[in-house]
Amino acid sequence: MRDVAVIGIGCTPFGEKWGSSFRDLFVQAGTLALEDAGISGEEIGAMYVGNMSAGRFIEQEHIGALIADYSGLATGHIASTRVEAACASGGLSFRQAFIAVASGIEDIVVAAGVEKMTDVGAGASVDALAGAADREWEGFVGATFPGLYAMIATDYMNRYPLTREQLAQVAVKNHYNGARNPIAQFSQEITIETVLSSSLVADPLRLFDCSPITDGAAAVVLAPLEQAREYTDTPVRVLASAQASDTIALHDRRDISTLDATVAAGRRAFSMAGLSPRDIDLVEVHDCFTIAEICAIEDLGFCRKGEAGKLTWEGVTALDGDLPVNTSGGLKACGHPVGATGIKQVCEIVSQLRGEAGKRQVDGARVGMTHNVGGTGATVAVHVLGV
Amino acid sequence: MSSVARFWRKIPQRYNLVGTKCTTCGRYFFPPRSLCPDCRRAGKIQEYRFPGSGKVVTYTVIRTASEQFEQMTPYVLAIVQFDEGPRLTAQLVCRSDEVRIGMRVRPVFRRISADGESGVIHYGTKFVPDGQ
Repeated sequence: MRDVAVIGIGCTPFGEKWGSSFRDLFVQAGTLALEDAGISGEEIGAMYVGNMSAGRFIEQEHIGALIADYSGLATGHIASTRVEAACASGGLSFRQAFIAVASGIEDIVVAAGVEKMTDVGAGASVDALAGAADREWEGFVGATFPGLYAMIATDYMNRYPLTREQLAQVAVKNHYNGARNPIAQFSQEITIETVLSSSLVADPLRLFDCSPITDGAAAVVLAPLEQAREYTDTPVRVLASAQASDTIALHDRRDISTLDATVAAGRRAFSMAGLSPRDIDLVEVHDCFTIAEICAIEDLGFCRKGEAGKLTWEGVTALDGDLPVNTSGGLKACGHPVGATGIKQVCEIVSQLRGEAGKRQVDGARVGMTHNVGGTGATVAVHVLGV
Repeated sequence: MSSVARFWRKIPQRYNLVGTKCTTCGRYFFPPRSLCPDCRRAGKIQEYRFPGSGKVVTYTVIRTASEQFEQMTPYVLAIVQFDEGPRLTAQLVCRSDEVRIGMRVRPVFRRISADGESGVIHYGTKFVPDGQ
């Protein structure tokens, strides 16, 4: 297996982009990534694109070919593949690109992710997202996605000492970070009161516990480490790539409040990198809901079960804390164009490790982690990046 | 919009809680499985009709729903564990301040949703508090 490096990153601004189409978004992200890598496009051997539900959101399938075509690569006839694992589509796209380069089959590979969600109404997007869970035995009876995570929150708060205020602090912290990220969907800071006075979506989760509906795209360029310096002075090495699965339905899990797929992928990633949680300088976790960030911090091994609320409240996961979590603003404040999120997480860690994260720069960051979840934890991708 | 066949083939499970049981290891499955994850090819799967009595494992109150369920909000959604062990997701027919973890429930036959004004009406099982 060859060592692999990220040599270029690009990300569109996230938000409700009424004026931009699916195609506009991924062309913008891809162009930024290629410019950042200093390549023209002819060098690319293969592309992977994470996309959850273009069929539901824009009635378009066959996304691999579409992206290659509108990226101006149709005449080169490159291999272009769509990767789907609900909200973990981006993380799996990155992993497929990593495997292609590490194996020696391809040299220069693009990993992208894109989702155009606002071309359908809110009800239709809620229904499309419910397809990330078990349609026959969860969606059929009226389970929404926030509803499933709310049931995790109910179970968690019944068993562990997590207060409603500690849970709200996850959103407050992520909005603080998002306000310092130029591409973030939300640029406003919020308070605990903002969260607690927002409308209930699925008890105990309120509107400000939930990530938004977002349009956006992100892309990164990977190369063999030994060739990376030909393209960039600041290659970022992929130290580990791990993926795990679990039951599709929440009700079939061993433990409602533990994402065993996160535990498994996290352990595999630490093992592959030869590192432990204390070696990680910052982490982008999958905070589709505030409770999801609490579970992720624990399930990845950064603290024991039941402690993440206290750590969040004490500022350990804040931008200036010992373990900054979601410096991008996370899914909550940066936005969550589902297929693009896993790639955006990689873009954020690469920016931080290069020292290019501006107002949200973590001083001396050398090793970062990304954690991308599909559904309520049926698929998890974890990556470790380092300089 | 789902086809009639897609719903029709699940009628025994949705109306009458017909699940499965592995006679090799004794594990029960609902929603039903045709392959035992523990015994795999050594497993022998038989149909098993669940009486449906069980308890609430966790719950929420859905306030914002997809288009099909919008008119029913707020409604109580729970994970229910049957006495035989398997768990399923279902709506509870009770007040939102009545539900609690560990509450005993029993099944009732109810309308679940409809595919628009002229489409299929989906029936199935909900749960009510039992003997409190």
